[in-house]
Amino acid sequence: MGRRAKNKQGDPAPLVESNGIAPSAPKKHGKRKADTDAQSKRPAKKLKEAPKVKADKRKAEEPTSTVKAKNAVTWDDVQDGGSGSEGWEGIEDGNILRAQAKSLFDDSDEDEAHGFVGDLDEYELDESDNFHDSTMELDLGPDEADEPELETSKLRSKRSKQAERPTKIIPTGSDASTNSEDSEDDGPINMENMEARSRALDARAAREAELDIEELRRAAMEGDDDEEFDGANDMEEDEVAEADGDGFVLPTAAEREAEKAAGGPEVHIVQQRMQHCVRILGQWKKRGAKTGRKRSEYIDQLVSDIASYYGYNEFLAEKLFQLFSVPEAIEFFEANEVPRPVTIRTNTLRTRRRDLAQALINRGVNLEPIGKWTNVGLQVFESSVPIGATPEYLAGQYMLQAASSFLPVIALSPQPHERVLDMASAPGGKTTHIAALLQNTGVVFANDANKTRVKSLTANVHRLGCKNVVVCSYDGREFPKVMGGFDRVLLDAPCSGTGVISKDASVKVNKSERDFSLLSHLQKQLILCAIDSVNPNSKTGGYVVYSTCSVTVDENEAVVDYALKKRPNVRLVDTGLEFGREGFTSYRGKKFHETVRLTRRFYPHVHNMDGFFVSKFKVEKRVKHQKKDEEEGENEAEVATAGDTEDVAFDDEADKQYLEEGKRMRMKAKGFRVPPKLDQQPAATAP
Amino acid sequence: MRPLTEEESKAVFEKLANYIGKNLVHLIDRPDEPYCFRLHKDRVYYVSESSMRLGVSVARPSLISLGTCFGKFSKSGKFKLHVTSLDYLAQYAKYKVWIKPNGEMSFLYGNHVLKNHLGRITEDTPEHQGVVVYSMNDVPLGFGVTSRSTVDTRKLDPTAIIVFHQADVGEYLRDEDTLF
Repeated sequence: MGRRAKNKQGDPAPLVESNGIAPSAPKKHGKRKADTDAQSKRPAKKLKEAPKVKADKRKAEEPTSTVKAKNAVTWDDVQDGGSGSEGWEGIEDGNILRAQAKSLFDDSDEDEAHGFVGDLDEYELDESDNFHDSTMELDLGPDEADEPELETSKLRSKRSKQAERPTKIIPTGSDASTNSEDSEDDGPINMENMEARSRALDARAAREAELDIEELRRAAMEGDDDEEFDGANDMEEDEVAEADGDGFVLPTAAEREAEKAAGGPEVHIVQQRMQHCVRILGQWKKRGAKTGRKRSEYIDQLVSDIASYYGYNEFLAEKLFQLFSVPEAIEFFEANEVPRPVTIRTNTLRTRRRDLAQALINRGVNLEPIGKWTNVGLQVFESSVPIGATPEYLAGQYMLQAASSFLPVIALSPQPHERVLDMASAPGGKTTHIAALLQNTGVVFANDANKTRVKSLTANVHRLGCKNVVVCSYDGREFPKVMGGFDRVLLDAPCSGTGVISKDASVKVNKSERDFSLLSHLQKQLILCAIDSVNPNSKTGGYVVYSTCSVTVDENEAVVDYALKKRPNVRLVDTGLEFGREGFTSYRGKKFHETVRLTRRFYPHVHNMDGFFVSKFKVEKRVKHQKKDEEEGENEAEVATAGDTEDVAFDDEADKQYLEEGKRMRMKAKGFRVPPKLDQQPAATAP
Repeated sequence: MRPLTEEESKAVFEKLANYIGKNLVHLIDRPDEPYCFRLHKDRVYYVSESSMRLGVSVARPSLISLGTCFGKFSKSGKFKLHVTSLDYLAQYAKYKVWIKPNGEMSFLYGNHVLKNHLGRITEDTPEHQGVVVYSMNDVPLGFGVTSRSTVDTRKLDPTAIIVFHQADVGEYLRDEDTLF
């Protein structure tokens, strides 16, 4: 709205131009004139097309009959009382015609409800004296130049804009509107009207001054961004910006402590500081040196600001921050504040997607297929009925399910007549999807450790008409003992839920380092159990899909890598999902197996679905590998014994190198960063 | 998990026969795969033999459900059909009732079917006959027992009850805790 108001403020300029005062952008004025003169509705409609909040429009429409008429009167008064610049002539004509074409005029009024606010201000200015011509030009210039910055700057998503506006646009806009309304109410009496106008003028002048400062600062920031500026200029601008003094100097550690003690900084300060840090960090090579501070200081500041701005605990904020580049991290945090679209999955056991869509549309649900990657998903835009209680839902024709939950089942791609295990299945979205893909053949074992959640699982299984499901409630880690020999196993592991923060914001504060280590431990146990439950001799299957709704590396790639190390008979295969980012093969000094890149990551800010991770293993026959291992082991043993008999004494000096090498290999195998070799170390440390 | 005793089977089949009549045979002699009835924790499950064989290896306390639950035995030994059996009842039902869209939600909240909600009804439905209730676009919504024969319904006033409610799919939401 702020930006729109800005645009609207631009409107009156042409009027001024027609006076020959400020020449710029004559288009819109022409339209307006045509509107009032010719009384054609079309221009008004075009204005409607310009993005405008519906509610605003409605607001504008409600008082049409009374207030708008008054409004028109006021306008007369304003014009009569004012110095009567020539630009008003056209509208005065309109006012003469007003009696005849009241409705039309009203129409245009209501469409331009916002425009008028701005218009009024500008007109007032013109009327009194044109003392702000220069400032107006300044207004328009930087405003327009602002636009690209707004678009390119990744920081500015909805929320930040809202938070940022109050500094500039909304106060002026709302002030102006109240003022204009005042003057409307006072309409009939000229003297009061004059008073109100003069008050408005004063306020306007003050605002203008504020705006000027703001613009200057903005221009300065822009200059910062603009790489074509020469150094000196840049410096100057920087100084201007810093002189403006709104959080552009990175606070020192002591200052931060003080700030914390004082109960934390204000939101808009934090936000500006975040923007600043992101900008500096984005071009660290170019600007980092000038700041005279360490990069780590900036990062610390940014992470703690993110934590306070979005309400994370510091540990989690840092953990998530490390996953992305700096601007992308901000995008990620922003995306976590916005809910994901509601999606449903058609139950192909009961109906077809087209029939279901038709039935729901008849109930007043607005929906559309999710995308080409699934032929059962529908995205719900808005619904006049509760989407979780329609007769179609109760009859089991669809399941409310996040789009990301389709992915592991698509990756698993169960074939009819297979035996499938879903190790952590409640509330049954994925289980019933599997059963649907099996077309009620074979058998699905749906397991969940939580007895209370098992109830909703059973209810969903029955509601969706899955007749081949056996529901049981074991701890997943007991599994190969209960039953093995599955063709496919889906492990949607219990996780920290860092991918679904938009759904469950409690994750932001209630996850600590200990939770993560406990969870990844559990996940490692579960994934081994899942692999052991698979029948490697299966003709059609032999696959394990491991997925989490978390984005952290130690719950995903680290677990996958662990499984690859612990079970030599499994290998990663392509998930069959055509989108998603590749998994990390190295992360913060840890190296993962090469094939870990076959796993897929999904992010809320990229794919507009919950943060998710999917990996698919193929389990091969174990016997061969074991034999090989044993043979190798025996060979080694033989060699060792042979060596023992030949030479009884160890030469420590000569062995040291090999021992070192062996240690390095072990560390490497465990995924640690290996220190540089001994003989290189002194050379590295000396300079 | 165990097979039903003779008494139990009799109780179950009597109930089922009230809705599907002679079609009961189709439940037992299936062309695709042998199916069987099993009792587990007072509940009767209708399950394919292959699933049942695999389900046997799940310990009793951990087994929650298998196949399709048909209903449960009360402590006094009576058998009550659950809405989960609707799939099979709808498939083999002999007598059907269709209700108009304005009566759908009322029925799904557990109310009886009134005459002015009645869209269609199988001809020659006798009195006190188990019927399956469908919406006008043939989605099964539940089942109940007729209060009058088709012929007698004509004389009734619009607010009179035609079908006594026994189970409806709304129970999946309302009674999720007690149903399973």
